[in-house]
Amino acid sequence: MLDGFTAETLARVQFAFTVSFHIIFPAFSIGLASYLAVLNGLWLRTRDETYLNLFNYWKKIFAVAFGMGVVSGIVMSYQFGTNWANFSDKAGPVIGPLLAYEVMSAFFLEAGFLGIMLFGRERVGDRLHMFATAMVAIGTLMSATWILSANSWMQTPTGYSIGENGQFIPEDWLAIIFNPSFPYRLVHMVLAAYLTVAFVVAAVSALHLLRDKTDKESRRAFSMAMWMAIIVTPIQIFAGDTHGINTLEHQPIKVAAMEGHFDSHGDNQPLALFGIPNVEDGVLDYAIEVPYMGSLILTHSLNGQIKGLNEFPKDEWPPVMIVFFSFRIMVAIGFAMLGLGLWGALARWKGKLFDWPLLHRAAIVMGPAGFIAVLSGWITTEVGRQPYTVYGLLRTADSLAPVDAPAVATSLMAFVVVYFFVFGAGTFYVLRMMNKRPTTPNIGLNDGPLRTAGITPAAQVDPDFISGE
Amino acid sequence: MLFDLAFIWAGLIAFAVLVYVILDGFDLGIGILYPFARSEKDRDMMMNSVAPVWDGNETWLILGGGGLFAVFPLAYAIIMPALYMPIILMLLALIFRGVSFEYRWRTKRWKGVWNVAFFAGSTVAAFSQGIALGALVQGIEVTGRSYSGGWFDWFTPFSILTGIAVVVGYALLGATWLVLKTEGDLQVQMRRHAWWLGAGTLSLIGAVSLITPFLEPIYFERWFNLPGSLVSMAVPVVMVGLIWSFFTGLNDGKDLQPFLSALGFFVVSFVGIGISFYPMMVPPSLTIWQVAAPDQSLAFALVGAVILIPIILAYTAYAYWVFRGKIDPAEGYH
Repeated sequence: MLDGFTAETLARVQFAFTVSFHIIFPAFSIGLASYLAVLNGLWLRTRDETYLNLFNYWKKIFAVAFGMGVVSGIVMSYQFGTNWANFSDKAGPVIGPLLAYEVMSAFFLEAGFLGIMLFGRERVGDRLHMFATAMVAIGTLMSATWILSANSWMQTPTGYSIGENGQFIPEDWLAIIFNPSFPYRLVHMVLAAYLTVAFVVAAVSALHLLRDKTDKESRRAFSMAMWMAIIVTPIQIFAGDTHGINTLEHQPIKVAAMEGHFDSHGDNQPLALFGIPNVEDGVLDYAIEVPYMGSLILTHSLNGQIKGLNEFPKDEWPPVMIVFFSFRIMVAIGFAMLGLGLWGALARWKGKLFDWPLLHRAAIVMGPAGFIAVLSGWITTEVGRQPYTVYGLLRTADSLAPVDAPAVATSLMAFVVVYFFVFGAGTFYVLRMMNKRPTTPNIGLNDGPLRTAGITPAAQVDPDFISGE
Repeated sequence: MLFDLAFIWAGLIAFAVLVYVILDGFDLGIGILYPFARSEKDRDMMMNSVAPVWDGNETWLILGGGGLFAVFPLAYAIIMPALYMPIILMLLALIFRGVSFEYRWRTKRWKGVWNVAFFAGSTVAAFSQGIALGALVQGIEVTGRSYSGGWFDWFTPFSILTGIAVVVGYALLGATWLVLKTEGDLQVQMRRHAWWLGAGTLSLIGAVSLITPFLEPIYFERWFNLPGSLVSMAVPVVMVGLIWSFFTGLNDGKDLQPFLSALGFFVVSFVGIGISFYPMMVPPSLTIWQVAAPDQSLAFALVGAVILIPIILAYTAYAYWVFRGKIDPAEGYH
């Protein structure tokens, strides 16, 4: 079935497939962990049961998503070696310690306190439970910090030298960690995770508001989510813009591909709203362009000069088609999010936030928007880094392990089958939980014991009930 | 130079792997024992006994992999392709088993499916780990800076033997853990299973130990010449003590003693493997120093490890303490 593909192509498809599946879960759990910490904090401060009910509702969804994130993440930590051994050998001295810090400072923190956050409230008391909840949230953010530092270094490598054996040798760790694209990428990703969760929360609350607009928990959650949408989306668009300018400085070829700039236009670069890149002839077919806008957006000046793809050798080009479209999908979703945020603000102003079915339907449609935006954003930046793994220094073709195509093909098919089966089932369970109202005592079918030490179905009456020993 | 950065890191990686084996061993073991459970209620209790701690346990596996990548990138780059299939199989198995912890409670119709996934995932993961160990002990073919063997080099009678040994050994850890954490009928059953699993584990450890010195001349030398022979004499003595403690603990109805003794079997075996390996990282050709990352990497990562690993151990211990004590089966059925 996969005959005729090289080991390199198959390994790339496998990495793209497993990492795309994986990123969905962290994007969700980074945002949700912070949301849970906020809900728990508000519950402790106000003692308003609405917050507690929301906390208990979302923590179960969090548990499932987190479990899927852990197991799909273990795959990533070994796949560098199995499929990309040469990359591991060469870049390991730089990337490896960053990942080791991620494991030591973030993964253990999350995993260590997760059990207490999920089931330990009665055992450890409110204060320590709040501490555990905060530690899980901080863990997810630390994890994002380290992994984005590592990824950003692959995009904009600094602070290294190259040893006799071809390895990258770290010379200046601060320069490596705080490499030029890292701050932009970190902010952009963390905000993306927050928005992803805001829109999921908005969609779930909107669903329950459509059924019963008096539902207290859904009203509270929808209101919180709409505040996030109107406040964070503009910040995110601004962050994305500065990230783009940073990319223009360090990876102009990537930006040219994102924008579909085949030719340099001197000081009047149009902005292509749409088009179909024709890499063969080096033109953008069916282009709909706005004059000067390209220069304006990327250089914040009408006469800014931008280099087109024609100024670079073709073997340095990333796959233009993918980067061009994934970038447009991400941007379009960003503006759709802004639109919904504005609509929500209007509804709030008119006092119709909980009583505008069309708004709620739109929110439901936008529920998965964050995931799609995160995926297209990552596709833009990662495919845009091609044909390199370490930008400008180590080519993807030279990063491969000494693997045979049939071995990679077999494992690829196994991953595809298993991921669709396992994560398909998980998504189904998550959606089924979301379909229940937040105050439903038992959102999972057989929900009771969860993972408490020794609690079995009687606890279903109150999922948080844990009696001491 | 003996106590240099590479040496310290080799010790730390070995420690991470040992902690992984000790912690995830018993929770994989519980999955392996799933078919022996007599009722759904027993299966609930078995799973609940490890549910709050399993993902912390599995994080040590990520530290083992990530740590190897960080400080011995060349070893990582050679061992992973060499063990391609067992590693991929282990990862897939861990996926099935990991999600079962949550999915099992989310469905009635498919509960059986996730029971099977939990059992099969745990068993295959343990078996793959055993195979990986066996293949590593046998040695890995290296040319230049990469693996140069075939795709099925790992598949030998010896690696199958080590695979079985790990499955049986983990099941033993699981059974003794349940002796510690449960009461009543389930505990009685597990105590009985621990008997034959203990005997099985010890026979398999014995078989592997007898074969190992003959696989590579260097292993033989290490075990039967000074100073290695001092240890090779000490190991059986310690082992006899542990065996006595294990069986008397089971007989006298002790709860903790069999579990600790079974962990002791693993620690002693692990030390034995360490003696055989040292100073090799990729037997039989590459030493710790040949595969180590540059000192800048080792030093930077070591700062983090020295500060963070004690903290990790402290809050891991705290999490175990929070969920300490027996699981009370009656608690949920009022």
